Amino acid sequence: MPDILRGGAILLAVLAVAALPLLADGYWLSIAVTIMMYTALSTSWALFSGPTHYIALSTGAFYGIGGYLVATGMSDFGTSFWTMMAIAPFVAALLAGAIGIATLRLSGVYFVIFTLGLAEMIRNLVSWVQNNFLGSKGLYVLTELEERHIYWMLLAVTLAVFLFGWRLGRSRMGFALRILGNDEEVARHVGIDTARTKVLLFMTTGFFAALVGAIVAPRYYYIEPNVVFSPELSFLVVIMALLGGTRRLYGPLLGVIPFTLLWEVVSASFPSATTMVLGLAFLLIVYLIPDGVTGLIGKLRKRSVP
Amino acid sequence: MDVVISGLLLGGAYALVAMGLNLQYGVARIMNLANGEILILGGLAAFWAFVSFGLSPLLTLVIVAPLAFIGSWAMYKLLLRPLVRRAKTRGQLEVDSILATFGISFFLVGVMVSLRAEYFTYSFLATPVHLLGTTVAANRLVAALIAAAIGGALYLWLNRSRPGMAVRAVAVSPEAAGLVGINVDRVSAFAFALGGAVTALGGCLISTFVTLDASSGVLFTMKALIIVIMGGVGDIRGAIIAALILGLVETAVASIIDPGLTLVAAYAIFLAVLLFRPQGLFGQGNA
Amino acid sequence: MNRRNFAIASAAVALSFAFSEAPQAQEPIKFGMVAHLSGPLAGGEAVTHLPNVQLWVEEVNGRGGLMVDGKRRPVEIVQYDDKTNPAEHIKAVQRLASQDEVDFMIAPYGTGFNIAAAPIYARYKYPLVAVTAITDEIHELTDKFPNMFFTLGSTSGFVEGVTNTLKTLQSKGVIGDKVAMVNVADAFGIELAGVAREKFKEAGFNIVYDKSYPLGTPDLSPVMKGAKAAAPDAFVAWSYPPDSFALTEQAIIEDLDVKAFYTAVATAFPAYGGKFGNAIEGNLGAGGVNPNTDAMKAYRKRHQDVTGKAPDYWASATYYSALQVLEQAIEGVGKVDREAVTEHIKNNAFETVIGTIRFDKHNNSERYWSVGQWRGGQFVAVADTGMGDSVAPVAKKGWK
Repeated sequence: MPDILRGGAILLAVLAVAALPLLADGYWLSIAVTIMMYTALSTSWALFSGPTHYIALSTGAFYGIGGYLVATGMSDFGTSFWTMMAIAPFVAALLAGAIGIATLRLSGVYFVIFTLGLAEMIRNLVSWVQNNFLGSKGLYVLTELEERHIYWMLLAVTLAVFLFGWRLGRSRMGFALRILGNDEEVARHVGIDTARTKVLLFMTTGFFAALVGAIVAPRYYYIEPNVVFSPELSFLVVIMALLGGTRRLYGPLLGVIPFTLLWEVVSASFPSATTMVLGLAFLLIVYLIPDGVTGLIGKLRKRSVP
Repeated sequence: MDVVISGLLLGGAYALVAMGLNLQYGVARIMNLANGEILILGGLAAFWAFVSFGLSPLLTLVIVAPLAFIGSWAMYKLLLRPLVRRAKTRGQLEVDSILATFGISFFLVGVMVSLRAEYFTYSFLATPVHLLGTTVAANRLVAALIAAAIGGALYLWLNRSRPGMAVRAVAVSPEAAGLVGINVDRVSAFAFALGGAVTALGGCLISTFVTLDASSGVLFTMKALIIVIMGGVGDIRGAIIAALILGLVETAVASIIDPGLTLVAAYAIFLAVLLFRPQGLFGQGNA
Repeated sequence: MNRRNFAIASAAVALSFAFSEAPQAQEPIKFGMVAHLSGPLAGGEAVTHLPNVQLWVEEVNGRGGLMVDGKRRPVEIVQYDDKTNPAEHIKAVQRLASQDEVDFMIAPYGTGFNIAAAPIYARYKYPLVAVTAITDEIHELTDKFPNMFFTLGSTSGFVEGVTNTLKTLQSKGVIGDKVAMVNVADAFGIELAGVAREKFKEAGFNIVYDKSYPLGTPDLSPVMKGAKAAAPDAFVAWSYPPDSFALTEQAIIEDLDVKAFYTAVATAFPAYGGKFGNAIEGNLGAGGVNPNTDAMKAYRKRHQDVTGKAPDYWASATYYSALQVLEQAIEGVGKVDREAVTEHIKNNAFETVIGTIRFDKHNNSERYWSVGQWRGGQFVAVADTGMGDSVAPVAKKGWK
């Protein structure tokens, strides 16, 4: 019975979120799109980085692949948006698989820096290919999609990420991941193929990041590799996920919402010093909320219990 | 020969970018994402002194280095030491320092943008020098020579002096260094400040041949991270050699294959090094 | 003058109005603007856009404001920073439209940003008089966004300007047919190089060196050495500001002996002339103006007086002209009515600092300078589309 109730509550919540474009004006919708985009990215990031403790700064690389493939497919090959949107995540997942096999034996910081460089490397490679072999007309993504359509697609991706994470938590692999997260040695001893598990999860984050990148491409109309392969995006995704907390599936969501709203308030209130004030806000977050929002909530709960 | 000389000069510039971060990350354990902004601040100072007072960047760097030392020391003491104290594990510190220095880098970009939003561009020693049958720019040559001097001095100091040995000890193991009576906190702060000074000084020199602006720090941070990781964390020799390799590879690819692939080649060589030596060229394997 | 001073200055201007006209103070007309105050395009924005906005506000408010509904109303700028991030840009434009409810908006810096913002301008019926947006898709874009206008030319128009300049030099016997071409491997450079590859060949030029280099390349000496080794008669670089500076410096170092040397964006910046002095006499670059008309002379002087710095020799004047178009259209309509203003822009001619601007049926103004040449400390147009007042290009004589 409670299960049905909970299921019903979740369904209602999803319906309410889906109805948002019918109620909100353009401004709130643009914020909602941002929140939805980062929720999908941060949650799928945490699915990999939470249990493995690998800080992957590759979100920008896969997101860029999604945006770029849509743009080049439509501009240089006359393919439809939908075809490219369907292809892009698989390309990214394959690439993530190859990268994962090569690099997941790197320890800690070496992996961090490699993934950071990855976006730059792919951007350069893509620009070079575009320059020498493909079109010259510019990368235009002209579709009839409006902001609300993009919002609904992002919502669908976010739900898929959550569903995937929820199923994963209940599967054998999820069990393996929990062991792996606690102690990799133990995991190996009980016969878990840690390398394969990690690679599969890394492929998943690549898949979702590219899907998100493909979906938001029509929002920008004109794609510049320099802009879609953004290192800043990689960092923001990490910061939001860590702010929320990576131990629970809904953790990143609790980071994305306050962070996006804070960013918005700062941008609107300090128009001529946005960057500076954002920097200060980051610092405050690091010092005041060391364990993320979920950690904070946990602490408050403990305190309230006498 | 063209390639070797140009490559070594570029490598020298890269060494200027990376030596400071190597001290900061290798010894003080702070992965400083604001490193590039400190470099740009040095460049901004050189530009400003040159344009306003006609002061040579070679003089400016004498003023900038101690200022950057003090500024970085304060930054470590005030902003980063609380994180070092708080962190229970190396991983925790890594995450916290990434987040905190990312915030600091935003803040510094904001400060610089309000000082000067336009490009910092001026001409200093932009004259040809004929060297072993090839032509190089005097400003690049000067930067590479100073990089060599700084690198040599740092290497000797770290390996031949007592304080240098303490720094190396902290780099290898802060716990063990603490046990043998080294003041780890003070050594870390010193190494971080020294790293900041070297970086800002590098910025002064680089501004003579690269057109910088308030937002271009991130490019240098990335390069520096790659060089430090490629060379092996905490090893100054590794950073210098990695910088030279990167300079040579980029120049060779640009000259012989296609300039469009220079940065691709740089990352490819970085990946190759990591695949064959996962701890970097001179890494200790304890990171 | 930096941004903060600018903010203070505009606040001071606004204040002085509040006081001087206190008795019948009019509600200001609000103009929204999303600027790149940091990030890769901040440097260009700071040279080409921000000072002109400051100048324009001062000029208009100096006259008492815009004549609307029979009264003069001052103008006020509501400005946000997008950090050169298109997602932030979209959000900020939305904020201007539906939170601040600004009356009009002024165009952003950069092709991608103009296009990304266009759908929101269209939804809220804001006229978008784009300046720093160069594309070959003008017809398609203005069909889709009928409130969007273009003023600075098309990709093909730009390349034609360069081709014609080289042709002229060739017919005078100044250069032969060998061209070395390089480009920055980003949207802008890739597009221009792609078009140039075709047009140069059609015009009978032989491209002896054709390479791209990545954005943010710290050392362009291999590129210049490579170009030099191909022994070209002319050198063309589709470059961004930092590389325009770096390529020119390397050409001086290598003593690249060409009679035509072209770099794209930033060649028209006063800082380019300031940095290289006499060495760049005869250099070609994107843009150029006719500095000899009375309107241009007066504009350059006021720009210097008000903002404390010289305007660039390309899009600065056009950007100011776009603000004049908006200003004249609003006063022409006499009401704060965005749809009527858009119609007015479509159907009328405007007298601006770059001369008369009139839009064709595709909302495109086919009057622009495309190539400039440094001559005695000024960057003078040597090729144009529809302007008809550019001078003949001359040979570049060495780097000394």
